[in-house]
Amino acid sequence: MFAPFMINAWITASVVGVVSAVVGFFIAVRGQAFLAHALPNGAFAGAAMASLVNINPLLGLGIFSVFGAGIIAFLEKKLKKDTATALGFVLLLAIGALLLSLTTEYSQQIFALLFGEILGVSSTELLPTVILALVTLGLISFAYRPLLYSSVLEEVAFSKKVSPDIYNIVFLLIVALVTTMAIPVVGTLLIFTLLVAPAATARLISKTPKTALWFSVGLSLIIVYLSIAMAYWSNWPIGFFIGTLGVASYVAGKLYQKVTS
Amino acid sequence: MNILHDIVEPGFFSSSVIDTALVIGCLTAIVSAVAGTFTVLRSQSFIGHALSDIGATGGAAAYLVGVPTIYGFVAINLAIGVFLDALGINNKKERDIVTGVVLGASLGLTALFLYLDTTNTSGSGDTMNLLFGSILTIQPSLINVFIVLSALSIALLIVYYRQLLLSSIDTDLLQAKRRSPKAASLVFLLALALAVSMSAIAIGAILSTALLVGPATAATRLAKDMKSTFIYASLIGGVSIFLGLLLSYDSYTWPPYHHGWPVSFFVVAVIFIIYLLTLLKPEAKTRYKAGQV
Repeated sequence: MFAPFMINAWITASVVGVVSAVVGFFIAVRGQAFLAHALPNGAFAGAAMASLVNINPLLGLGIFSVFGAGIIAFLEKKLKKDTATALGFVLLLAIGALLLSLTTEYSQQIFALLFGEILGVSSTELLPTVILALVTLGLISFAYRPLLYSSVLEEVAFSKKVSPDIYNIVFLLIVALVTTMAIPVVGTLLIFTLLVAPAATARLISKTPKTALWFSVGLSLIIVYLSIAMAYWSNWPIGFFIGTLGVASYVAGKLYQKVTS
Repeated sequence: MNILHDIVEPGFFSSSVIDTALVIGCLTAIVSAVAGTFTVLRSQSFIGHALSDIGATGGAAAYLVGVPTIYGFVAINLAIGVFLDALGINNKKERDIVTGVVLGASLGLTALFLYLDTTNTSGSGDTMNLLFGSILTIQPSLINVFIVLSALSIALLIVYYRQLLLSSIDTDLLQAKRRSPKAASLVFLLALALAVSMSAIAIGAILSTALLVGPATAATRLAKDMKSTFIYASLIGGVSIFLGLLLSYDSYTWPPYHHGWPVSFFVVAVIFIIYLLTLLKPEAKTRYKAGQV
């Protein structure tokens, strides 16, 4: 399990685990799990475009996730958040369906992008992932306070008819970055679950935002390491373990909350 | 005549595949319009979309044990609807997160079932069909099942119409009338589960969400009351399906030749264009804005 060819998987898992837990913390505070689902699944069209015009898949994913974030930001000015996300999402998916139908890509490769191939990450894929991860973390540490503030006070700002501020767009861009970083190495399903479950659980068991953030990172790493080990032994898809452990930790968090209150 | 010929490729109205697609498409458009209006009003688009993906888990399980996939879709969606309702989530943000956690687990299960499917059988063509669905591959024998499901879903929404409307807009008022908002919330999730199972298997997860949210959003900008919202949304959905099928049929003569562009692309494009057109209309002063509530 710790053979040389597995080293990349462990490094990737650590990087993706930490970054998604940090971004997930804001997803949980803002209640934007739909966005965490929509951008990675929608941006997936970018990979199809990349293979169509023969460019680096990372570039295709980047273009589509930023495009998606832009559309959702535009629609959010007119609509409720969930409706805006839904409309932007289906538009991306529809473009993806068109691009997929025009490519001759094997469905096996598409399957890998959806459900991830963490056990087969190569060193050349690893470098851009690490760089994008550092950029994301840098952006968050730079904007930590205003992001947290705008997340918590969003509803107040909304009811006072203040237009959604710049940090909403910053946040959309952060999710777009994580999407671009994670899809080539872990797939859309895995990044979605890691963005939602650890942070949601951490919020249940911690009292301050700081501890929630640390719990989220720790939990995310535990889930992702256990899942790799179990996927390695059983040969079953890793997404299954991540999803199951995610829901199990959330239920455990709920029980803890019930017991202590 | 030539212009008409260019717009409607010969054979569009005499194809039985197109006929079936039009019937199912219009049925889905109407049910999605009614369920979608409540979905938009209640800010539950995420659950509306999640159910189309969660349904696929049931579909994959049904496929694994050899039962028609539609029963898997319906069974799991009703179960998840009851489950999410039983969690008693009133807070919008928490509802969103719980939906996310459940969706993640469900997608993980789908991955497992599909893995077991492909190791037991061969090929991943079924997989792609299950995930992306297609309005052009519906078996005509399913039409009856669809009519029953649509009727059930609409009946639930009509019987609980007043309670649903009240609970969507004002929970306090409903409680003042000594009616629990819980019944309405459960009924809504069940009706949504039926509507989404049906549309997800017929036209795929993409179109299912598009038809649920898009026409209802556009209609709320045009209509002044609920009833006209239902009518506008149904019309917009129906027109989008019709134009989508027509354009997809025409696209066989577009590059790359003899390889049509997907129906879902055109339907979503039409819905989106209609929505953008409704933005030209100045904001109406209605009580049921999809915009800011």
